[in-house]
Amino acid sequence: MAATTGTLEFDTICKRYGDLLALDEMSFDIVAGEVFGFVGSNGAGKTTTMRIALGVLTADSGEVRWDGVPVTFETRRRIGYMPEERGLYPRMRVGEQLVYLARLHGLSRTEAEQRTRAWTERLGVASRLDDEVQKLSLGNQQRVQLASALVHDPRVLILDEPFSGLDPVAVEVMSEVLREKAASGVPVLFSSHQLDLVERICDRVGIVRSGRMVACGTVDDLRDAGPEQAVVDVPGADPSWASEVAGATVIEAEGGRVLVQLDEGTDDQVLLHAALAAGPVREFGRRRPPLTELFRHVVSAPTDDGADAGAGSGDVATAGGRR
Amino acid sequence: MSTVREPGDVRLTSAEAVRLVAARELRTRLRSKAYRITTVVLVVLVVAFAVVMRLLSSLGGGEDHVGFVGPTASLAQRVQSAAAALGQDLRVEHVADTRTGREQVADGRLDALVTGASGPRLQVVVKKKLDDKLRTALTSAAGQAVLDRQIRHLGGDPADVSAQVARAGVGVTALKPPPTYDPQRLAVGSIAGILIYLALLGTGQIVAMGVVEEKSSRVVELLLATIRPWQLMCGKVVGIGLVGLLQVVLVGAAGVIAGEVSGSLDLSLSASLSVVAWLVLWFVLGFTLFALVFAGLGALVSRQEDVGGVIAPVTMLLVLGYVVGITVLPSDPGNQVVAIASLLPVFSPTMMPMRLAIGGVPLWQTLVSLALAVGAVPLLVMLSGRLYRNGVVRTGARVKIRDALRAS
Repeated sequence: MAATTGTLEFDTICKRYGDLLALDEMSFDIVAGEVFGFVGSNGAGKTTTMRIALGVLTADSGEVRWDGVPVTFETRRRIGYMPEERGLYPRMRVGEQLVYLARLHGLSRTEAEQRTRAWTERLGVASRLDDEVQKLSLGNQQRVQLASALVHDPRVLILDEPFSGLDPVAVEVMSEVLREKAASGVPVLFSSHQLDLVERICDRVGIVRSGRMVACGTVDDLRDAGPEQAVVDVPGADPSWASEVAGATVIEAEGGRVLVQLDEGTDDQVLLHAALAAGPVREFGRRRPPLTELFRHVVSAPTDDGADAGAGSGDVATAGGRR
Repeated sequence: MSTVREPGDVRLTSAEAVRLVAARELRTRLRSKAYRITTVVLVVLVVAFAVVMRLLSSLGGGEDHVGFVGPTASLAQRVQSAAAALGQDLRVEHVADTRTGREQVADGRLDALVTGASGPRLQVVVKKKLDDKLRTALTSAAGQAVLDRQIRHLGGDPADVSAQVARAGVGVTALKPPPTYDPQRLAVGSIAGILIYLALLGTGQIVAMGVVEEKSSRVVELLLATIRPWQLMCGKVVGIGLVGLLQVVLVGAAGVIAGEVSGSLDLSLSASLSVVAWLVLWFVLGFTLFALVFAGLGALVSRQEDVGGVIAPVTMLLVLGYVVGITVLPSDPGNQVVAIASLLPVFSPTMMPMRLAIGGVPLWQTLVSLALAVGAVPLLVMLSGRLYRNGVVRTGARVKIRDALRAS
């Protein structure tokens, strides 16, 4: 195993709520300096995973390690956390609230006040320090929430849906802050449904389904990992030329343009020859599916082949490795 | 990383965690308008009560003015001492003639005017009717005059006879004297009861609402990522308890000061201070008991509107103790059922301060009630701590008590 300094590891975590298996051997890790995007449909187990890391929930089995050591109550104070459902005292003033939370994380009063000032300035809410949280707009409340996750200078960041409800400017600020914290050596884990954003900011992405990590790796690895696809444009030709090629399936056809999926071991050059035989080829290229499509594919796969998906994820993870 | 700190430098001791939470509660609650208003209203009510008591006593129990015309003046002394024997203050005045006297009665300067006597009967002029006590005093004085005349007629000394009559009486030896209850102490006891009831109910509800506020705003998730559930619960209970204590002390002190200054309270300063001391002690105990339960129960629900329902059974006990105490004790301070109930920690916080203020509580009962209440605290810390720990992170539907107690 590589050096685990600053790495946050989730090791085969299981959590059951009555009959529902919320987490089924959830395993992945985030190295220091990395932004890790956590995606999956609602109820897939993202929030449960994060809450277990924070000790708000206890896992039935498995453990979360940081720096190679199981996360304890003391180390949790070093984590910056943004819960899915925003949590702040609605009737408490912004400044007081941030100072209070920082002090609960063990900072001295002066240190807490200084960091509160710094982060509210950075996030553009410094002018609201003396206002009650409930008087702020939703977007500004979000900024305060982020400030509360950052105010104690955390060594790990875990943010549940940090981008939901943010205006484009705030999204920019938030992404910048996440990249910056990662650059300073902090492992950053965040969940989101905004896949374009995930694709843009994350070093690696984990896709969760039914409490299992079904795909995990860099965005490039994930896009490469799916079945090979090719786009071929043969204007005027009937798309049936492609389906006659052994090991090729036509997924989409529009005019002379076809999207073909190639079975494993099928030579794309055979496809090219068949295309040339059908007519003049204007375009021939490999297509890498965008994250949205991968996500749809992974998430909508039948649930009863959970074991296969799990095995597949292992492959991807090893293939992708760490950067 | 150059900025990596040792894990040791973010250590927060339990005491610090509890103190931080308590300090926040204290700051928030003291700033709350509702709290300030109730405190001021209670102080004003207690002071107003003392003033009203004083006014009532000067109105009703004030001295009567009786005028005497000419020859009846010799009776004045006798009427005054007869009234004094009845516990009535009387001011006597000599009036020049019947006409001026009648005018003074008409405009209320005199309560009664003795105009003369026809034989042993005194002639009295009043505005509407003769006050009963005054009638008794006058009748007794008239009778005494007749008696004196007869004694003198028989050659005796009326003063000597009077002195001997005054010495006659009954000497009673009670084998088991019942405690005597001072009506003033009964009033003070009722006030103590109302005060502690309001304080316990108010602060208890604040605790439950505070727990649910943290739960419904989800801030509890942030808090529990840094401090343990019991630290959060204790900090909350301590903080709100101090806020309530301040209220009780302020109102109690205002009552004692108003009572002493206005003179409406005949109680000695030490007696009234001991009432306040018992009030404070029972508030601390009662608050600890009820607040723990309220905190545990509050953690079971997720919405402010469900708080009332979940704490209702406990609120009922609090109300029951108060209502039974305040309805039974003032008329029957020695009631045995109340005496026994007041030993139980469920009722003692509301009933005991009332009984102690009224007086006549056997020492053993005081000690037993204290011991039971103190003994209940660790038990409730355990049970409520469990309810709280298991309930506070479960949002959504109301958590069943049995589930919350069972879950690890």
